[in-house]
Amino acid sequence: MRGMLVVLIEIKNLSFTYANTEEPAIKNIDLTINEGEFVLLTGPSGCGKTTLCRCLNGLIPHFYNGEMEGDVIIDGLNTKEHPVYELAQKVGLVFQDPENQLVSLNVEKELAFAPENLGLPREEIRKRVEETLQLLKIEHLRHKAPYELSGGEQQRVAIASVLTLKPKILVLDEPTSNLDPKGAEQVLKTIKKLNEELNVTIILIEHRLDLILPYTSRVVLMDKGEIILDAPPYEAFCSSIPEEIGVDVPVSIKLYNELLKIGMKFNKVPLSTKDAAELLTEVLK
Amino acid sequence: MIEVADLWFTYPEGTIALRGVSLRIGDGESIAIMGENGAGKTTLVKHFNGLLKPQKGTVLIDGVDTREVSVAKLAKKVGLVFQNPDHQLFSSTVEEEVMFALKNLGFTSEEIKERTNWVLKFLDLEKYRERSPLSLSGGERKRVALASVLCVKPKILVLDEPTIGQDAKQKRKLGELLKKYQEEGNTVIVVTHDVEFASKYFKRIVVMAKGKVIADGPPNKVLTNPTILNESSLTPPQVAILSYEIAKKINNFPKDIVLFNDLLQEVITRVKR
Repeated sequence: MRGMLVVLIEIKNLSFTYANTEEPAIKNIDLTINEGEFVLLTGPSGCGKTTLCRCLNGLIPHFYNGEMEGDVIIDGLNTKEHPVYELAQKVGLVFQDPENQLVSLNVEKELAFAPENLGLPREEIRKRVEETLQLLKIEHLRHKAPYELSGGEQQRVAIASVLTLKPKILVLDEPTSNLDPKGAEQVLKTIKKLNEELNVTIILIEHRLDLILPYTSRVVLMDKGEIILDAPPYEAFCSSIPEEIGVDVPVSIKLYNELLKIGMKFNKVPLSTKDAAELLTEVLK
Repeated sequence: MIEVADLWFTYPEGTIALRGVSLRIGDGESIAIMGENGAGKTTLVKHFNGLLKPQKGTVLIDGVDTREVSVAKLAKKVGLVFQNPDHQLFSSTVEEEVMFALKNLGFTSEEIKERTNWVLKFLDLEKYRERSPLSLSGGERKRVALASVLCVKPKILVLDEPTIGQDAKQKRKLGELLKKYQEEGNTVIVVTHDVEFASKYFKRIVVMAKGKVIADGPPNKVLTNPTILNESSLTPPQVAILSYEIAKKINNFPKDIVLFNDLLQEVITRVKR
Protein backbone atom coordinates (compact mmCIF):
# COMPACT_ATOMS: atom_id res chain seq x y z
CA MET A 1 0.00 0.00 0.00
CA ARG A 2 0.95 3.61 -0.25
CA GLY A 3 1.34 4.35 3.42
CA MET A 4 -0.57 6.95 5.32
CA LEU A 5 -3.71 8.38 3.83
CA VAL A 6 -3.38 12.03 2.96
CA VAL A 7 -6.61 13.90 2.34
CA LEU A 8 -6.22 15.96 -0.85
CA ILE A 9 -9.77 17.00 -1.62
CA GLU A 10 -12.39 17.82 0.92
CA ILE A 11 -15.82 18.90 -0.23
CA LYS A 12 -18.24 19.94 2.47
CA ASN A 13 -21.93 20.42 1.90
CA LEU A 14 -21.37 21.90 -1.55
CA SER A 15 -24.22 23.26 -3.65
CA PHE A 16 -24.05 25.45 -6.75
CA THR A 17 -26.77 27.16 -8.74
CA TYR A 18 -25.77 28.85 -12.02
CA ALA A 19 -26.91 32.44 -12.49
CA ASN A 20 -30.31 32.68 -14.22
CA THR A 21 -31.29 29.11 -13.37
CA GLU A 22 -33.56 27.95 -10.59
CA GLU A 23 -32.47 24.39 -9.90
CA PRO A 24 -29.07 23.85 -8.32
CA ALA A 25 -26.70 22.02 -10.69
CA ILE A 26 -25.19 20.20 -7.72
CA LYS A 27 -26.47 19.96 -4.19
CA ASN A 28 -25.32 18.73 -0.77
CA ILE A 29 -22.10 17.21 -2.03
CA ASP A 30 -19.85 15.72 0.65
CA LEU A 31 -16.78 14.00 -0.69
CA THR A 32 -13.29 13.29 0.61
CA ILE A 33 -10.59 12.03 -1.74
CA ASN A 34 -7.19 10.83 -0.62
CA GLU A 35 -3.88 11.16 -2.39
CA GLY A 36 -3.32 8.46 -5.01
CA GLU A 37 -6.95 7.50 -5.48
CA PHE A 38 -8.32 6.82 -8.95
CA VAL A 39 -11.91 7.94 -8.91
CA LEU A 40 -14.34 7.31 -11.74
CA LEU A 41 -17.05 9.97 -11.66
CA THR A 42 -20.07 9.09 -13.72
CA GLY A 43 -23.80 9.59 -14.11
CA PRO A 44 -26.34 10.46 -16.78
CA SER A 45 -25.85 13.65 -18.77
CA GLY A 46 -26.95 16.71 -16.83
CA CYS A 47 -26.25 15.00 -13.48
CA GLY A 48 -23.80 17.70 -12.40
CA LYS A 49 -20.48 15.94 -12.90
CA THR A 50 -18.98 18.69 -15.05
CA THR A 51 -20.12 21.31 -12.54
CA LEU A 52 -18.43 19.37 -9.75
CA CYS A 53 -15.19 19.28 -11.76
CA ARG A 54 -15.36 23.05 -12.24
CA CYS A 55 -15.51 23.43 -8.47
CA LEU A 56 -12.26 21.51 -8.04
CA ASN A 57 -9.91 24.04 -9.61
CA GLY A 58 -11.82 27.16 -8.64
CA LEU A 59 -13.46 27.86 -12.04
CA ILE A 60 -16.47 27.85 -9.74
CA PRO A 61 -16.82 30.31 -8.00
CA HIS A 62 -14.19 32.51 -9.74
CA PHE A 63 -15.32 32.33 -13.39
CA TYR A 64 -18.87 31.03 -13.43
CA ASN A 65 -21.55 33.27 -11.99
CA GLY A 66 -23.99 31.77 -9.56
CA GLU A 67 -24.58 30.93 -5.97
CA MET A 68 -22.19 28.63 -4.15
CA GLU A 69 -22.74 27.13 -0.73
CA GLY A 70 -20.34 24.99 1.24
CA ASP A 71 -16.58 24.62 0.87
CA VAL A 72 -14.06 22.94 -1.38
CA ILE A 73 -10.63 22.49 0.15
CA ILE A 74 -7.84 21.38 -2.17
CA ASP A 75 -4.64 20.30 -0.45
CA GLY A 76 -5.41 22.74 2.35
CA LEU A 77 -6.53 25.65 0.14
CA ASN A 78 -10.13 26.80 0.27
CA THR A 79 -11.10 27.49 -3.36
CA LYS A 80 -13.07 30.57 -2.36
CA GLU A 81 -9.95 32.23 -1.00
CA HIS A 82 -7.41 31.26 -3.64
CA PRO A 83 -7.27 32.33 -7.30
CA VAL A 84 -7.45 29.83 -10.17
CA TYR A 85 -3.76 30.19 -11.16
CA GLU A 86 -2.77 29.11 -7.67
CA LEU A 87 -5.22 26.20 -7.65
CA ALA A 88 -4.04 25.18 -11.14
CA GLN A 89 -0.75 24.13 -9.55
CA LYS A 90 -2.70 21.64 -7.46
CA VAL A 91 -5.37 20.57 -9.93
CA GLY A 92 -4.93 20.08 -13.67
CA LEU A 93 -8.16 20.10 -15.66
CA VAL A 94 -8.43 18.37 -19.06
CA PHE A 95 -11.52 18.73 -21.21
CA GLN A 96 -13.36 16.74 -23.84
CA ASP A 97 -12.13 18.62 -26.86
CA PRO A 98 -8.34 18.98 -26.94
CA GLU A 99 -8.50 21.47 -29.82
CA ASN A 100 -10.05 24.05 -27.53
CA GLN A 101 -7.28 23.59 -25.04
CA LEU A 102 -4.21 23.84 -27.28
CA VAL A 103 -3.13 27.40 -27.98
CA SER A 104 0.54 27.34 -29.02
CA LEU A 105 2.34 26.88 -32.32
CA ASN A 106 4.07 23.68 -31.38
CA VAL A 107 3.99 21.00 -28.70
CA GLU A 108 7.13 22.18 -26.88
CA LYS A 109 5.77 25.72 -26.60
CA GLU A 110 2.41 24.33 -25.49
CA LEU A 111 4.05 22.52 -22.60
CA ALA A 112 6.09 25.56 -21.60
CA PHE A 113 3.10 27.89 -21.70
CA ALA A 114 1.70 27.35 -18.19
CA PRO A 115 5.01 27.35 -16.28
CA GLU A 116 6.11 30.44 -18.25
CA ASN A 117 2.97 32.20 -17.15
CA LEU A 118 3.84 31.43 -13.56
CA GLY A 119 7.21 33.08 -14.09
CA LEU A 120 9.27 30.00 -13.28
CA PRO A 121 13.00 30.16 -14.07
CA ARG A 122 14.00 29.18 -17.62
CA GLU A 123 16.01 26.15 -16.56
CA GLU A 124 13.15 24.81 -14.45
CA ILE A 125 10.72 25.23 -17.35
CA ARG A 126 13.06 23.39 -19.71
CA LYS A 127 13.47 20.58 -17.20
CA ARG A 128 9.75 20.17 -16.69
CA VAL A 129 9.01 20.19 -20.41
CA GLU A 130 11.65 17.51 -21.07
CA GLU A 131 10.46 15.34 -18.19
CA THR A 132 6.87 15.53 -19.32
CA LEU A 133 7.67 14.83 -22.99
CA GLN A 134 9.54 11.70 -21.87
CA LEU A 135 6.94 10.61 -19.38
CA LEU A 136 4.11 10.71 -21.91
CA LYS A 137 6.35 9.37 -24.71
CA ILE A 138 5.62 12.30 -26.98
CA GLU A 139 9.19 13.50 -27.57
CA HIS A 140 8.81 12.82 -31.28
CA LEU A 141 5.98 15.32 -31.43
CA ARG A 142 7.87 18.21 -29.88
CA HIS A 143 8.10 20.38 -33.01
CA LYS A 144 4.67 19.55 -34.38
CA ALA A 145 1.78 22.01 -34.52
CA PRO A 146 -1.44 20.94 -32.77
CA TYR A 147 -3.27 20.60 -36.09
CA GLU A 148 -0.69 18.11 -37.33
CA LEU A 149 -1.52 15.70 -34.51
CA SER A 150 -4.12 12.95 -34.38
CA GLY A 151 -6.94 13.30 -31.85
CA GLY A 152 -5.25 10.89 -29.42
CA GLU A 153 -1.96 12.76 -29.71
CA GLN A 154 -3.69 16.10 -29.18
CA GLN A 155 -5.33 14.86 -26.03
CA ARG A 156 -2.03 13.50 -24.69
CA VAL A 157 -0.46 16.89 -25.39
CA ALA A 158 -3.33 18.57 -23.55
CA ILE A 159 -2.66 16.32 -20.55
CA ALA A 160 1.08 17.03 -20.81
CA SER A 161 0.43 20.76 -20.88
CA VAL A 162 -1.29 20.69 -17.49
CA LEU A 163 1.29 18.28 -16.05
CA THR A 164 4.10 20.82 -16.38
CA LEU A 165 2.57 22.62 -13.42
CA LYS A 166 3.11 19.39 -11.45
CA PRO A 167 -0.41 19.13 -10.11
CA LYS A 168 -1.12 16.49 -7.48
CA ILE A 169 -4.60 16.06 -8.88
CA LEU A 170 -5.70 15.52 -12.46
CA VAL A 171 -9.36 16.01 -13.34
CA LEU A 172 -10.38 14.77 -16.80
CA ASP A 173 -13.84 15.47 -18.18
CA GLU A 174 -14.60 12.86 -20.88
CA PRO A 175 -11.09 13.06 -22.33
CA THR A 176 -11.71 10.31 -24.89
CA SER A 177 -15.15 11.07 -26.25
CA ASN A 178 -13.88 12.74 -29.44
CA LEU A 179 -11.24 10.08 -30.10
CA ASP A 180 -11.22 6.92 -32.15
CA PRO A 181 -10.96 3.74 -30.04
CA LYS A 182 -7.19 3.36 -30.46
CA GLY A 183 -6.62 7.00 -29.52
CA ALA A 184 -8.86 6.52 -26.49
CA GLU A 185 -6.85 3.52 -25.38
CA GLN A 186 -3.59 5.50 -25.56
CA VAL A 187 -5.03 8.31 -23.46
CA LEU A 188 -6.48 5.98 -20.82
CA LYS A 189 -3.17 4.12 -20.55
CA THR A 190 -1.39 7.41 -20.01
CA ILE A 191 -3.77 8.32 -17.20
CA LYS A 192 -3.25 4.94 -15.56
CA LYS A 193 0.52 5.39 -15.75
CA LEU A 194 0.36 8.81 -14.06
CA ASN A 195 -1.64 7.30 -11.24
CA GLU A 196 0.54 4.22 -10.78
CA GLU A 197 3.97 5.70 -11.29
CA LEU A 198 3.64 9.24 -9.97
CA ASN A 199 0.79 8.70 -7.54
CA VAL A 200 -1.19 11.50 -9.21
CA THR A 201 -4.74 11.52 -7.87
CA ILE A 202 -7.15 10.98 -10.75
CA ILE A 203 -10.74 12.08 -11.08
CA LEU A 204 -12.04 10.84 -14.39
CA ILE A 205 -15.36 11.29 -16.11
CA GLU A 206 -15.48 8.53 -18.70
CA HIS A 207 -17.96 6.35 -20.54
CA ARG A 208 -15.63 3.62 -21.83
CA LEU A 209 -15.84 1.76 -18.58
CA ASP A 210 -14.57 -1.60 -19.79
CA LEU A 211 -11.16 -0.09 -20.46
CA ILE A 212 -10.85 1.91 -17.29
CA LEU A 213 -12.69 0.06 -14.56
CA PRO A 214 -9.84 -2.33 -13.72
CA TYR A 215 -7.65 0.66 -12.80
CA THR A 216 -10.10 2.58 -10.67
CA SER A 217 -10.22 2.36 -6.90
CA ARG A 218 -13.54 4.03 -6.48
CA VAL A 219 -16.71 4.83 -8.38
CA VAL A 220 -18.76 7.91 -7.57
CA LEU A 221 -22.18 7.94 -9.21
CA MET A 222 -24.16 11.16 -9.53
CA ASP A 223 -27.76 11.73 -10.46
CA LYS A 224 -29.78 14.95 -10.46
CA GLY A 225 -26.98 16.95 -8.83
CA GLU A 226 -26.33 14.56 -5.96
CA ILE A 227 -23.95 11.74 -5.18
CA ILE A 228 -26.07 8.62 -4.98
CA LEU A 229 -23.42 5.94 -4.72
CA ASP A 230 -19.77 5.91 -3.67
CA ALA A 231 -18.20 2.45 -3.66
CA PRO A 232 -15.44 0.24 -5.10
CA PRO A 233 -16.08 -0.62 -8.78
CA TYR A 234 -17.24 -4.22 -8.32
CA GLU A 235 -19.74 -3.14 -5.68
CA ALA A 236 -21.00 -0.14 -7.64
CA PHE A 237 -21.68 -2.12 -10.80
CA CYS A 238 -23.16 -5.19 -9.16
CA SER A 239 -25.89 -3.00 -7.73
CA SER A 240 -28.85 -2.15 -9.92
CA ILE A 241 -28.35 1.60 -9.49
CA PRO A 242 -26.17 2.29 -12.58
CA GLU A 243 -28.69 0.58 -14.86
CA GLU A 244 -31.59 2.43 -13.23
CA ILE A 245 -30.11 5.89 -13.71
CA GLY A 246 -28.94 5.11 -17.23
CA VAL A 247 -25.21 4.49 -16.79
CA ASP A 248 -23.76 1.86 -19.07
CA VAL A 249 -22.69 -1.32 -17.31
CA PRO A 250 -19.64 -2.98 -18.90
CA VAL A 251 -20.46 -6.14 -20.86
CA SER A 252 -18.30 -8.27 -18.54
CA ILE A 253 -20.35 -7.29 -15.48
CA LYS A 254 -23.65 -7.43 -17.33
CA LEU A 255 -22.88 -10.99 -18.37
CA TYR A 256 -21.76 -11.84 -14.82
CA ASN A 257 -25.03 -10.48 -13.40
CA GLU A 258 -27.09 -12.47 -15.94
CA LEU A 259 -25.22 -15.70 -15.19
CA LEU A 260 -25.74 -15.22 -11.45
CA LYS A 261 -29.46 -15.13 -12.18
CA ILE A 262 -29.40 -18.64 -13.62
CA GLY A 263 -27.60 -19.91 -10.55
CA MET A 264 -23.97 -19.87 -11.65
CA LYS A 265 -21.31 -18.99 -9.08
CA PHE A 266 -17.98 -17.24 -9.51
CA ASN A 267 -15.26 -16.37 -7.03
CA LYS A 268 -14.68 -12.85 -8.38
CA VAL A 269 -16.37 -10.06 -10.31
CA PRO A 270 -14.87 -9.57 -13.80
CA LEU A 271 -14.16 -5.85 -14.23
CA SER A 272 -12.75 -6.13 -17.75
CA THR A 273 -13.51 -8.21 -20.83
CA LYS A 274 -10.17 -9.95 -20.25
CA ASP A 275 -11.26 -11.03 -16.74
CA ALA A 276 -14.61 -12.18 -18.07
CA ALA A 277 -13.02 -14.21 -20.87
CA GLU A 278 -10.83 -16.03 -18.34
CA LEU A 279 -13.72 -16.69 -16.02
CA LEU A 280 -15.96 -18.02 -18.77
CA THR A 281 -13.23 -20.17 -20.29
CA GLU A 282 -12.88 -21.88 -16.90
CA VAL A 283 -16.61 -22.47 -16.70
CA LEU A 284 -16.96 -23.77 -20.26
CA LYS A 285 -13.97 -26.11 -20.21
CA MET B 1 -30.88 5.33 -53.36
CA ILE B 2 -27.39 6.80 -53.08
CA GLU B 3 -24.86 5.90 -55.75
CA VAL B 4 -21.32 7.07 -55.27
CA ALA B 5 -18.90 6.28 -58.10
CA ASP B 6 -15.14 6.84 -57.98
CA LEU B 7 -15.45 9.94 -55.82
CA TRP B 8 -12.37 12.09 -55.22
CA PHE B 9 -12.12 15.22 -53.11
CA THR B 10 -9.21 17.48 -52.19
CA TYR B 11 -9.52 20.38 -49.75
CA PRO B 12 -8.10 23.75 -50.84
CA GLU B 13 -5.07 23.45 -48.53
CA GLY B 14 -4.11 20.21 -50.30
CA THR B 15 -5.41 17.40 -48.09
CA ILE B 16 -6.77 14.63 -50.26
CA ALA B 17 -9.81 13.51 -48.25
CA LEU B 18 -11.36 11.03 -50.67
CA ARG B 19 -9.44 8.78 -53.04
CA GLY B 20 -11.89 6.99 -55.30
CA VAL B 21 -14.83 6.01 -53.13
CA SER B 22 -17.58 3.87 -54.67
CA LEU B 23 -20.62 2.93 -52.64
CA ARG B 24 -24.27 2.02 -53.21
CA ILE B 25 -26.80 2.58 -50.46
CA GLY B 26 -30.28 1.25 -51.11
CA ASP B 27 -33.55 2.65 -49.76
CA GLY B 28 -34.28 1.68 -46.18
CA GLU B 29 -30.76 0.56 -45.28
CA SER B 30 -29.12 1.14 -41.91
CA ILE B 31 -25.44 1.90 -42.22
CA ALA B 32 -22.62 2.95 -39.93
CA ILE B 33 -19.59 4.54 -41.58
CA MET B 34 -16.56 4.04 -39.36
CA GLY B 35 -12.83 4.71 -39.36
CA GLU B 36 -10.15 6.75 -37.64
CA ASN B 37 -10.09 10.55 -37.36
CA GLY B 38 -9.28 11.96 -40.77
CA ALA B 39 -10.34 8.89 -42.78
CA GLY B 40 -12.71 10.94 -44.95
CA LYS B 41 -16.03 9.92 -43.37
CA THR B 42 -17.41 13.44 -42.84
CA THR B 43 -16.20 14.56 -46.27
CA LEU B 44 -18.07 11.64 -47.81
CA VAL B 45 -21.40 12.32 -46.11
CA LYS B 46 -21.20 16.02 -46.93
CA HIS B 47 -21.48 14.88 -50.55
CA PHE B 48 -24.80 13.15 -49.86
CA ASN B 49 -26.72 16.40 -49.41
CA GLY B 50 -24.71 18.36 -51.94
CA LEU B 51 -22.83 20.46 -49.38
CA LEU B 52 -19.71 19.34 -51.18
CA LYS B 53 -19.76 18.62 -54.90
CA PRO B 54 -17.61 15.89 -56.45
CA GLN B 55 -14.36 17.08 -58.00
CA LYS B 56 -14.04 13.78 -59.77
CA GLY B 57 -16.56 10.94 -59.94
CA THR B 58 -20.27 11.26 -59.25
CA VAL B 59 -22.84 11.17 -56.48
CA LEU B 60 -26.39 10.34 -57.51
CA ILE B 61 -29.34 10.71 -55.15
CA ASP B 62 -32.31 8.78 -56.56
CA GLY B 63 -30.65 9.01 -59.93
CA VAL B 64 -30.06 12.78 -59.80
CA ASP B 65 -26.49 14.13 -59.95
CA THR B 66 -25.86 16.32 -56.85
CA ARG B 67 -24.01 18.80 -59.05
CA GLU B 68 -27.24 19.54 -60.85
CA VAL B 69 -29.49 20.34 -57.90
CA SER B 70 -29.34 22.87 -55.07
CA VAL B 71 -28.64 21.99 -51.44
CA ALA B 72 -32.04 23.43 -50.54
CA LYS B 73 -33.75 21.02 -52.90
CA LEU B 74 -31.79 18.06 -51.58
CA ALA B 75 -32.56 19.05 -47.97
CA LYS B 76 -36.07 17.67 -48.19
CA LYS B 77 -34.70 14.30 -49.19
CA VAL B 78 -31.39 14.15 -47.35
CA GLY B 79 -31.11 15.47 -43.79
CA LEU B 80 -27.60 15.92 -42.41
CA VAL B 81 -26.98 16.39 -38.69
CA PHE B 82 -23.51 17.75 -37.98
CA GLN B 83 -21.09 16.51 -35.37
CA ASN B 84 -20.82 19.87 -33.66
CA PRO B 85 -24.32 21.19 -32.96
CA ASP B 86 -22.97 24.72 -32.56
CA HIS B 87 -22.29 24.84 -36.29
CA GLN B 88 -25.99 24.35 -36.82
CA LEU B 89 -27.92 26.14 -34.08
CA PHE B 90 -28.67 29.85 -34.18
CA SER B 91 -32.27 30.52 -33.07
CA SER B 92 -33.21 32.01 -29.73
CA THR B 93 -35.39 29.10 -28.60
CA VAL B 94 -35.46 25.38 -29.25
CA GLU B 95 -38.93 25.62 -30.73
CA GLU B 96 -37.91 28.36 -33.19
CA GLU B 97 -34.90 26.33 -34.20
CA VAL B 98 -37.15 23.51 -35.35
CA MET B 99 -39.78 25.77 -36.89
CA PHE B 100 -37.18 27.65 -38.89
CA ALA B 101 -36.21 24.59 -40.91
CA LEU B 102 -39.84 23.76 -41.63
CA LYS B 103 -40.76 27.32 -42.64
CA ASN B 104 -37.79 27.46 -44.97
CA LEU B 105 -38.89 24.36 -46.78
CA GLY B 106 -42.38 25.73 -47.28
CA PHE B 107 -44.51 23.63 -44.95
CA THR B 108 -47.95 25.00 -44.02
CA SER B 109 -48.39 26.49 -40.55
CA GLU B 110 -50.55 23.53 -39.57
CA GLU B 111 -47.83 21.08 -40.61
CA ILE B 112 -45.17 23.17 -38.89
CA LYS B 113 -47.06 23.02 -35.61
CA GLU B 114 -47.74 19.32 -35.88
CA ARG B 115 -44.20 18.34 -36.85
CA THR B 116 -42.64 20.58 -34.22
CA ASN B 117 -44.74 19.02 -31.49
CA TRP B 118 -44.02 15.55 -32.78
CA VAL B 119 -40.27 15.95 -32.97
CA LEU B 120 -39.88 17.71 -29.59
CA LYS B 121 -41.81 14.91 -27.96
CA PHE B 122 -39.98 12.21 -29.90
CA LEU B 123 -36.61 13.52 -28.75
CA ASP B 124 -37.62 14.36 -25.20
CA LEU B 125 -37.10 18.10 -25.72
CA GLU B 126 -40.53 19.43 -24.79
CA LYS B 127 -39.34 20.82 -21.48
CA TYR B 128 -36.73 22.91 -23.30
CA ARG B 129 -39.16 24.36 -25.84
CA GLU B 130 -38.66 27.96 -24.67
CA ARG B 131 -34.98 27.65 -23.73
CA SER B 132 -32.14 29.05 -25.78
CA PRO B 133 -30.28 26.15 -27.43
CA LEU B 134 -27.03 27.72 -26.31
CA SER B 135 -28.01 27.40 -22.64
CA LEU B 136 -28.31 23.61 -22.94
CA SER B 137 -25.65 20.97 -22.34
CA GLY B 138 -23.63 19.56 -25.26
CA GLY B 139 -25.68 16.37 -25.34
CA GLU B 140 -28.96 18.28 -25.30
CA ARG B 141 -27.79 20.66 -28.03
CA LYS B 142 -27.05 17.62 -30.17
CA ARG B 143 -30.63 16.47 -29.77
CA VAL B 144 -31.90 19.93 -30.77
CA ALA B 145 -29.74 19.79 -33.91
CA LEU B 146 -31.20 16.36 -34.67
CA ALA B 147 -34.73 17.70 -34.09
CA SER B 148 -34.20 20.51 -36.59
CA VAL B 149 -33.36 17.93 -39.27
CA LEU B 150 -35.66 15.07 -38.27
CA CYS B 151 -38.73 17.35 -38.31
CA VAL B 152 -38.45 17.48 -42.09
CA LYS B 153 -38.77 13.66 -42.10
CA PRO B 154 -36.07 13.22 -44.73
CA LYS B 155 -36.05 9.93 -46.65
CA ILE B 156 -32.31 9.74 -46.00
CA LEU B 157 -31.13 10.74 -42.53
CA VAL B 158 -27.39 11.18 -42.01
CA LEU B 159 -25.87 11.80 -38.58
CA ASP B 160 -22.22 12.64 -37.94
CA GLU B 161 -21.04 11.27 -34.57
CA PRO B 162 -24.47 11.38 -32.90
CA THR B 163 -23.43 9.58 -29.69
CA ILE B 164 -20.74 11.99 -28.48
CA GLY B 165 -21.84 13.55 -25.20
CA GLN B 166 -24.86 11.24 -24.88
CA ASP B 167 -25.14 9.02 -21.84
CA ALA B 168 -26.04 5.33 -21.94
CA LYS B 169 -29.77 5.89 -21.66
CA GLN B 170 -29.82 8.57 -24.35
CA LYS B 171 -27.72 6.40 -26.64
CA ARG B 172 -30.13 3.53 -26.23
CA LYS B 173 -33.02 5.87 -26.95
CA LEU B 174 -31.27 7.33 -29.98
CA GLY B 175 -30.43 3.86 -31.26
CA GLU B 176 -34.00 2.68 -30.91
CA LEU B 177 -35.34 5.85 -32.47
CA LEU B 178 -33.06 5.52 -35.49
CA LYS B 179 -34.00 1.87 -35.83
CA LYS B 180 -37.67 2.79 -35.76
CA TYR B 181 -37.16 5.54 -38.31
CA GLN B 182 -35.32 3.10 -40.56
CA GLU B 183 -38.00 0.45 -40.19
CA GLU B 184 -40.55 2.96 -41.43
CA GLY B 185 -38.74 2.72 -44.76
CA ASN B 186 -36.18 5.51 -44.42
CA THR B 187 -32.44 5.21 -44.89
CA VAL B 188 -30.36 5.93 -41.78
CA ILE B 189 -26.64 6.57 -42.06
CA VAL B 190 -24.36 7.39 -39.12
CA VAL B 191 -20.72 8.31 -38.99
CA THR B 192 -19.42 7.00 -35.70
CA HIS B 193 -16.42 5.79 -33.67
CA ASP B 194 -18.71 4.09 -31.27
CA VAL B 195 -18.29 0.38 -32.03
CA GLU B 196 -20.79 -0.62 -29.35
CA PHE B 197 -23.47 1.64 -30.82
CA ALA B 198 -22.72 0.63 -34.42
CA SER B 199 -22.74 -3.12 -33.76
CA LYS B 200 -25.96 -2.93 -31.80
CA TYR B 201 -28.14 -0.80 -34.05
CA PHE B 202 -26.77 -1.02 -37.61
CA LYS B 203 -26.88 -3.82 -40.13
CA ARG B 204 -24.14 -2.72 -42.47
CA ILE B 205 -20.73 -1.36 -41.51
CA VAL B 206 -18.65 0.61 -44.01
CA VAL B 207 -15.06 1.14 -42.86
CA MET B 208 -12.91 3.91 -44.32
CA ALA B 209 -9.18 4.51 -44.06
CA LYS B 210 -7.11 7.18 -45.77
CA GLY B 211 -9.89 8.30 -48.07
CA LYS B 212 -10.94 4.84 -49.24
CA VAL B 213 -13.53 2.24 -48.33
CA ILE B 214 -11.59 -0.74 -46.98
CA ALA B 215 -14.46 -2.92 -45.77
CA ASP B 216 -18.20 -3.19 -46.20
CA GLY B 217 -20.40 -5.84 -44.59
CA PRO B 218 -22.42 -6.94 -41.56
CA PRO B 219 -21.06 -6.09 -38.05
CA ASN B 220 -20.12 -9.67 -37.18
CA LYS B 221 -17.91 -9.92 -40.25
CA VAL B 222 -16.39 -6.44 -40.29
CA LEU B 223 -15.98 -5.59 -36.59
CA THR B 224 -14.34 -8.90 -35.77
CA ASN B 225 -11.73 -8.78 -38.54
CA PRO B 226 -8.33 -7.89 -36.98
CA THR B 227 -6.81 -6.64 -40.25
CA ILE B 228 -9.65 -4.23 -40.89
CA LEU B 229 -9.76 -3.03 -37.29
CA ASN B 230 -6.03 -2.42 -37.25
CA GLU B 231 -6.04 -0.42 -40.46
CA SER B 232 -8.82 1.81 -39.21
CA SER B 233 -7.83 2.37 -35.53
CA LEU B 234 -11.01 0.66 -34.39
CA THR B 235 -11.30 -1.81 -31.56
CA PRO B 236 -13.83 -4.66 -31.59
CA PRO B 237 -17.03 -4.29 -29.54
CA GLN B 238 -16.70 -5.74 -26.00
CA VAL B 239 -18.94 -8.70 -26.88
CA ALA B 240 -16.76 -9.55 -29.89
CA ILE B 241 -13.59 -9.46 -27.77
CA LEU B 242 -15.16 -11.85 -25.30
CA SER B 243 -16.41 -14.16 -28.02
CA TYR B 244 -12.97 -14.16 -29.69
CA GLU B 245 -11.05 -14.79 -26.46
CA ILE B 246 -13.31 -17.65 -25.41
CA ALA B 247 -13.18 -19.21 -28.88
CA LYS B 248 -9.38 -19.39 -28.63
CA LYS B 249 -9.68 -21.85 -25.77
CA ILE B 250 -13.04 -23.53 -26.22
CA ASN B 251 -13.72 -25.86 -29.15
CA ASN B 252 -16.40 -24.75 -31.59
CA PHE B 253 -17.23 -21.59 -29.67
CA PRO B 254 -18.18 -18.96 -32.30
CA LYS B 255 -15.55 -16.24 -32.54
CA ASP B 256 -17.66 -13.57 -34.20
CA ILE B 257 -20.60 -12.86 -31.89
CA VAL B 258 -21.28 -9.13 -31.61
CA LEU B 259 -24.63 -8.94 -29.82
CA PHE B 260 -24.92 -9.34 -26.05
CA ASN B 261 -27.98 -11.59 -26.09
CA ASP B 262 -26.42 -13.93 -28.65
CA LEU B 263 -23.35 -14.33 -26.43
CA LEU B 264 -25.43 -14.86 -23.31
CA GLN B 265 -27.54 -17.52 -25.05
CA GLU B 266 -24.45 -19.30 -26.38
CA VAL B 267 -22.92 -19.44 -22.89
CA ILE B 268 -26.14 -20.56 -21.22
CA THR B 269 -26.76 -23.32 -23.79
CA ARG B 270 -23.26 -24.67 -23.29
CA VAL B 271 -23.40 -24.52 -19.50
CA LYS B 272 -26.70 -26.39 -19.43
CA ARG B 273 -25.48 -29.06 -21.83
